[in-house]
Amino acid sequence: MARRVLVLGGGTGGTLVANRLRRRFPASELAITVVDGDDRHLYQPGLLFVPFGLAPARRLVRSRHARLLPDVTFHQGRVAHVDVETRAVTLESGDRLPYDVLVVATGARLVPEETEGLVGPGWREKVFTFYDMPGATSLTGALASFDRGRLVVGFVDLPIKCPVAPLEFAFLADWYFRRRGLRHRVDITFVTPLDGAFTKPVASAALGGLLAEKGITLATEFATGEVDGAGGRLVSYDGREIPFDLAVMVPLHEGPAYLAHSPGLGDELGFVPCDIHSLQSKASPDVFVVGDGADVPTSKAGSVAHFEGDVVVENIACHLRGEPPLAQFDGHTNCFVETGFGRALLVDFNYDTQPLPGHYPGPVGLPLMRRSRLCHAGKRLFEPFYWHVLLPGYDVPGITSAMPRAGKEFDKEA
Amino acid sequence: MPSEIYAGVTVEVDGEGFFLHPEQWTEAMAPAIAAQAGVGPLTEDHWRVVKFMRTAYLDKGEGPTVRVLGKTSGISIKELYELFPKGPAKLAARIAGIPKPRGCI
Repeated sequence: MARRVLVLGGGTGGTLVANRLRRRFPASELAITVVDGDDRHLYQPGLLFVPFGLAPARRLVRSRHARLLPDVTFHQGRVAHVDVETRAVTLESGDRLPYDVLVVATGARLVPEETEGLVGPGWREKVFTFYDMPGATSLTGALASFDRGRLVVGFVDLPIKCPVAPLEFAFLADWYFRRRGLRHRVDITFVTPLDGAFTKPVASAALGGLLAEKGITLATEFATGEVDGAGGRLVSYDGREIPFDLAVMVPLHEGPAYLAHSPGLGDELGFVPCDIHSLQSKASPDVFVVGDGADVPTSKAGSVAHFEGDVVVENIACHLRGEPPLAQFDGHTNCFVETGFGRALLVDFNYDTQPLPGHYPGPVGLPLMRRSRLCHAGKRLFEPFYWHVLLPGYDVPGITSAMPRAGKEFDKEA
Repeated sequence: MPSEIYAGVTVEVDGEGFFLHPEQWTEAMAPAIAAQAGVGPLTEDHWRVVKFMRTAYLDKGEGPTVRVLGKTSGISIKELYELFPKGPAKLAARIAGIPKPRGCI
């Protein structure tokens, strides 16, 4: 009888893992089922462009089930809880789905209600987020009618998906108001709980330099405790205030609610503790984690889900053979950082190596940590690549799960 | 490596004052570390947080972040900031003699 792989979540990680497993194992050996609460697959990197009129919202959403190869079953339903002892997932409908191997790919969700006042008076009037489609589309109108005042862009606390996205929003806002001839009437402040523009020193200095060059004020170590929409101010836990006329805040993130009802599987914030290299859950050897839901010390990003996916597929194959997981994820992350004016820069790093200058994926390739039109083109071309190459689970020549060392300037690490 | 003398014992710390060897820490050292970090005098509430941090570290190999502290220690984030104004997780970790919480990336 075919063994059963159950994949929770039909987003980036879940879809590509299901499809890669399907290419590797015939249906007679492995039954693959993907569970998701809805059938709308959102290309999340596109949300950044929606408020600026640079991406039509409709293009970014497609059917989840149509992304899956034939012979992968799509089961629409919301997960109630997972029981790793009896190896079964119970859905809110009461359906019980037994598995031999479980892949947790349910990502992270936004919890704006965790921050005092964030969804209170002024929400979606002068306080917005662009991290979901309703927020991104409602922000389009708010930006279009904003012609003077103080714009504040920031995030409440890590972890968040794509930690560079708030910076990109600030860069694009600078471009947007310059293009409209209004930049001299708009103050832009970037607010972060970190002590610099980014988490890692070399990139933090480079991105902080870009903020300064664009005339964007950087407010650091600001742990937002309250968003006062009516009064137009952010208040930090230590009592400082930043006034605004328009605030674009990335809310706190948590894992999905069902993990709170699945003993041992999730941590306090609903992320899944796992071996950071094998991606095997600490709760059970039959459970693997991919994507934003994994508690691993790297960014929550599509590229990470992609690189982790290769490792998880390999390790599921090991596990099905009764062997320990041999493939190792190195924390490889890369992201195109949109910097405005048709340019972007690329960062590439892993658990041990911070983002460094050079070229990717080798000495001849895209420039790293330097703005270029080429990287902007790369960022925009990634969208069709995502739908047609990444999700179907094709191998991409030259792109490996492990971070390439060749092409990086390690002498800049100091 | 820099070192400090707390309660008459020399201990190794990193550049930001976090213990390199958490096993060298004793409760008697906490008031002096707190004073150096601009916290204090240590009240019962301070101690609750410091002990919670230390226990979490000994259990899991890592000190919790502010958000996790707020969710699990029984003390709200607002109160945590009143106790440790310049960053509760960092300061409580330092006073508890454990490494700086790695936080998130």
